Amino acid sequence: MTKLERAAPILFGLLALGAWQAAVMLLHVPPYIVPGPAAIIVAFWADKAGLLEALLSTLTVTFTALFLSAILGMVLALAMAASRLARAVIQPWAVVLQVTPVVAIAPLIILWVNNPFFALVVCAVIVAFFPVLSNTATGLAATPPELVDLFKLNGAKRWQILFWLRLPAALPYFLAGLRIAGTLALVGAVVAEFVAGSGGFASGLAYRILEAGYRLEIPRMFAALTLLALAGIAIYATLGFLSAAILRRHGDV
Amino acid sequence: MVRLERVSRRFGDVTALDQIDLAVGQHEFVALLGPSGCGKSTLLRLLAGLDAPDLGQVSWAAGQAPAAGDIGYVFQDATLLPWASAAENVYLPLRLRGIDRQQSAPDVKRALARLGLQGFENAKPRALSGGMRMRVSIARALVSRPQLLLMDEPFAALDEFTRHRLQEDLRGLWREGASTIVFVTHSIYEAAFLASRILVMTPRPGRLAGEIKGDNSLSRTDPAYASLVSEITDMLHAVMPL
Repeated sequence: MTKLERAAPILFGLLALGAWQAAVMLLHVPPYIVPGPAAIIVAFWADKAGLLEALLSTLTVTFTALFLSAILGMVLALAMAASRLARAVIQPWAVVLQVTPVVAIAPLIILWVNNPFFALVVCAVIVAFFPVLSNTATGLAATPPELVDLFKLNGAKRWQILFWLRLPAALPYFLAGLRIAGTLALVGAVVAEFVAGSGGFASGLAYRILEAGYRLEIPRMFAALTLLALAGIAIYATLGFLSAAILRRHGDV
Repeated sequence: MVRLERVSRRFGDVTALDQIDLAVGQHEFVALLGPSGCGKSTLLRLLAGLDAPDLGQVSWAAGQAPAAGDIGYVFQDATLLPWASAAENVYLPLRLRGIDRQQSAPDVKRALARLGLQGFENAKPRALSGGMRMRVSIARALVSRPQLLLMDEPFAALDEFTRHRLQEDLRGLWREGASTIVFVTHSIYEAAFLASRILVMTPRPGRLAGEIKGDNSLSRTDPAYASLVSEITDMLHAVMPL
């Protein structure tokens, strides 16, 4: 990548922000319809503490859910690779959970799970675990057959093939799944917060967005949205960086 | 050592091997030569016990039925564990048989040294060239001192120079008494250079078309090598007219 290509997305963003600000000012659009970037920054600054606290709350749910999704996805994928019966049992239900929109089941989960924090985490896990499961399962199944033969020729037991060969071979697939799961966990957390927020449970950025909407504090709503977008980008980039570093150590790249 | 009697193997409607009779004796270097898709690899898998024939049988001489580690297998690709160093890759067959790292260290070291890999013990596969990776793969196959070494076109993906060196080294290993070797190839030159016996196979369904006694002490420039090559070529063209 040349320097220009590296700087291009940032330059384009600044240009777009400038054009946006100019349009809002020149056309005299009131800030309760479309606020300009300057108004959004001012609104963020005015409610800095509240918004950052909300962000922290959303991120706590997101990372707890991501952590649990990684473990759940990995364990289920291992079970599916170890036993055909387990595969037959798990696969259809994992797909059912995946295709059911979380918005539709979130009210039930929030009703059933007493602790609001865990209710949010459960919703986010439901959205986020599937890519980990399906990627890891693909990786476990994609081990070169020659290596499996080699293990068998040397009298390897099934668990040795699974843990010494298939599992490390699936690591790049698992990490790719984790990267998708990271942003999905955020989406899941926010969706659940929206549902919980409309029920009066005040937590997270989604609730701030709802609240600002009700009060027609549109600049503050934009500020919360911006934080959300930045958090998503940061999670995606961090996981990408992390998985590249792990794979380099692991010897795959 | 091992004998195939009227062995046939079908995959669906395709007959991969048709009534193969073949005996491999102690300390032979047998080349199985034939076009792609003639069932050479299937034959190796049958010898390794990784696959079973539909008809006929594979029988081992008394007391020579292979246990874990008695058969070494080298594939067309090096198929190393990418996350493990050269030494760990070579240690793998011993590790799978429950031999601990300390105890096997001298064997691993010797196997690496025999393939000229001193100084590369800690290198990961991605840091090695194709030829070096194949050397690690051969060291891995030899570390358990197998009585039978099966090789499935191991040098087909290498460049000519690397191939020549590895062929030379393999002949040396065999002469030192490493193992009985069954070597699958589609190269007439390779078969003539390496094998003490060359078996020519027909295109699908795979049958044994004939056998030529080789001489794997010849140099590549020896006229006798050239005439061996043309003898094999004649037989191959007889079963597979151009």
